[in-house]
Amino acid sequence: MQKMIDLAVLVVVVATAGSMAVAAQQAAQLHDSQYPDVDIAHGASLYTARCSVCHGAQGDGIGGVNLRSGKYRNAITDRDLAGFIRAGSQAAGMPPFALDDADMAGIIAYLRNMNSFDAATVKTGNVARGRAVFEGKGACTKCHRVGRLGSHVAPNLTDIGSVRSAGSLQRSLLEPTSQMMPINRPVRLVTKDGTVINGRRLNEDTYSIQVMDDRERLHSLRKDDVREFTIMKTSPMPSYKDALTSEELSDLLGYLLSLKGL
Amino acid sequence: MTRRRRLLALCVASLSCVLSVRVHGQVTSQRLTAATSEPQNWLTYSGDYQSHRFSLLDQITPANVKNLKLQWVYQSPVAGNWQTTPLVVDGMMYITQRPNDVIALDAVTGRAFWIYRYTPNPNRIVCCGANNRGVAILGDTLFMGTLDANLIAIDAKSGRQLWKTEVATTESGYSITHAPLVIKDKVIVGVGGGEYGIRGFIAAYNVDTGKEAWRFYTIPGPGEKGHETWEACTPKSDASCDPEAWKHGGGSIWMTGSYDPQLNLTYWGVGNVGPDYAGAQRPGDNLYTASVVALDADKGTLRWHYQFTPHDVYDYDSVQVPVLVDNWGRTGINALVWANRNGNYYALDRATGKFLLGRPFVKVNWMSEFDERGRPIQTPQPPGQPTYPGNQGGTNWYSPSFSPRTNLFYVSAWEDYASLYGPSPVEYKEGRNFTGGGPRPYAPVPGAPGLARAPINTWTEAAGHGAVIALDVATGEQKWKFNMTDVTDSGILTTASHLLFTGGREGYFQALDARTGTLLWKTNLGSAINSGPMSYRVGNRQYVATVSGLSLFVFALEE
Repeated sequence: MQKMIDLAVLVVVVATAGSMAVAAQQAAQLHDSQYPDVDIAHGASLYTARCSVCHGAQGDGIGGVNLRSGKYRNAITDRDLAGFIRAGSQAAGMPPFALDDADMAGIIAYLRNMNSFDAATVKTGNVARGRAVFEGKGACTKCHRVGRLGSHVAPNLTDIGSVRSAGSLQRSLLEPTSQMMPINRPVRLVTKDGTVINGRRLNEDTYSIQVMDDRERLHSLRKDDVREFTIMKTSPMPSYKDALTSEELSDLLGYLLSLKGL
Repeated sequence: MTRRRRLLALCVASLSCVLSVRVHGQVTSQRLTAATSEPQNWLTYSGDYQSHRFSLLDQITPANVKNLKLQWVYQSPVAGNWQTTPLVVDGMMYITQRPNDVIALDAVTGRAFWIYRYTPNPNRIVCCGANNRGVAILGDTLFMGTLDANLIAIDAKSGRQLWKTEVATTESGYSITHAPLVIKDKVIVGVGGGEYGIRGFIAAYNVDTGKEAWRFYTIPGPGEKGHETWEACTPKSDASCDPEAWKHGGGSIWMTGSYDPQLNLTYWGVGNVGPDYAGAQRPGDNLYTASVVALDADKGTLRWHYQFTPHDVYDYDSVQVPVLVDNWGRTGINALVWANRNGNYYALDRATGKFLLGRPFVKVNWMSEFDERGRPIQTPQPPGQPTYPGNQGGTNWYSPSFSPRTNLFYVSAWEDYASLYGPSPVEYKEGRNFTGGGPRPYAPVPGAPGLARAPINTWTEAAGHGAVIALDVATGEQKWKFNMTDVTDSGILTTASHLLFTGGREGYFQALDARTGTLLWKTNLGSAINSGPMSYRVGNRQYVATVSGLSLFVFALEE
């Protein structure tokens, strides 16, 4: 009996989802490049169930494929994307997915919005004003770089709007340490000849470490040649919680979210 | 023709036939059983039936390993994670490459004799990439399981297909990714598909005809022993409880088993239960998932089993290669030892399945201790709290090694690594993903890009690291550890001269002293090493081979 009740509920859900999908398609046609929230939410749950086992919860589980960017080499248009998902890719080892139209609309909406899915809960402001804060009062370019402007000392932000969610970026501005990627932890290295290098790791393996130092110089060091290696867990970036007004913060966030690469 | 001439002709013909057979190295069942008596060859996936991945060759030593030089490279034209282990038979090497090609190579030069290409059904459903880990051989026949769940026999001289048998229905999520195991006149394979709600099985096929000889379901059906561990739903059960959960209970097989000829038992590790994480849908221990099963090699009947992770909700596949150790700890017991994905090292009596030892080799918090029968006392972590080891496990499918010379067991491990689990109900649909939620990395930066690593190791020390851990085979006590900065998916090879070869995601291929873990030699091959190294000899020269990225690299000492 339990099974029959489940089945009945399922039929109702499917019927409802079907009509919602039609409405969603109409809305999508009315608003070019916009995806209804209900489709995005639906796609998010589908993604978790069907895609995340290989692509990972953050969309970067497969080397060289970053789903969060929303832009795909083999799928410029949504139609391309649907075709790719239905066919799979033998070369890449991706199986075909026989999604119905409603599910496909959802998964595409989510994939195109994966990076900004939690943006609805975050207030974002004016991009141009945010840029002015970034380059002016916030003095962000003293350490960060966007395009050709700014320093290499801190992580490059040219495509930060593609790789970080709105929520994560907001928290970065308020509590920088909480969002600091482990690779960006400040390091201090002292070589066997006494040279001191302070900077940020770009990469590290068992035998070597690659560093951007605080004078924007690249170093690749053999660990055999290093006498001291200290990793600090506190970000050198100041909190902007009290340094900027709430409007300035939301404008700055809007600007960061607009940075999708060149 | 006189009777005498006819006899002479017959004699010459049969003699040439015998010579021909010897030249081409007919691999008999006896040779497979006595594989260690011909260390120049590598006749099965793990090198021998005991799955030691240990070579008796000793030309390369701790003293001269620094003189290793690259001899040749085979570059695969097919992109993707490459996990094959080559076989070598009397100077011939047989490898698989994606999706289901087999290539015969000159093991000295790397030049190909032939290539067999098989195009799997485009509607196949395979989790986690189009992997194939190698072939098996008997006589002049090679055997390969395919991504679309077929078993294929191939003429080892010509690369021509001899027969093909459908093992299971690929559209339902079944596949074969591991190298088959030949025992006497049967070739044994199991099916993958644990993320698609399959009902797993191990089956044996006649080597000449491909006809199925026996089948053992890793998920017992009604009336079969073990079926009671798929408990009935009651009014108190979770609303998601499925009264027929066993029908899609998983129990995949995706690594090659082992064999004890004296006991005539073959041992296979069984994968995760379906759905992976939504345990409330399938109350009970869910046998024989996350277990080892010991089967009669002739009949496929179950002799014993041991379940490493009862009612698994962490995807702790127990597909690790079973390693057989004689006179374990000088007790006279012939044991089966096992470093499991769930973070524990085990020893079992391989005749009876009796639990001898269980001991963590990495941090473990999903259980606290074992009861007297060897059943783990589970300690599920509260929601939002990390479970150690994480979803990829304390180890995974990476081949371990056992050296009878050091009496140490070597395992590729992930240390300080945890996951957060979020189960959710999932309805079974044929061929669809059936995991029931998913884990996420326990990492300090929510909303940041995920755990993809190599060539840039962005998570460094914050999300665990790789290691080679050497365990006393009798006690599980750690004897030494070789830490890596990135994690490792590489298997391990040891040799009679106390060398240990392994790789990792960083792309280094390195030789350690198997007694101490001291680094003796390394070279950067430029891409992750995702398979197990192996060794062979042609003429008087010992070679060591490993896959890195899309290439197979073969090393030897300078002549």
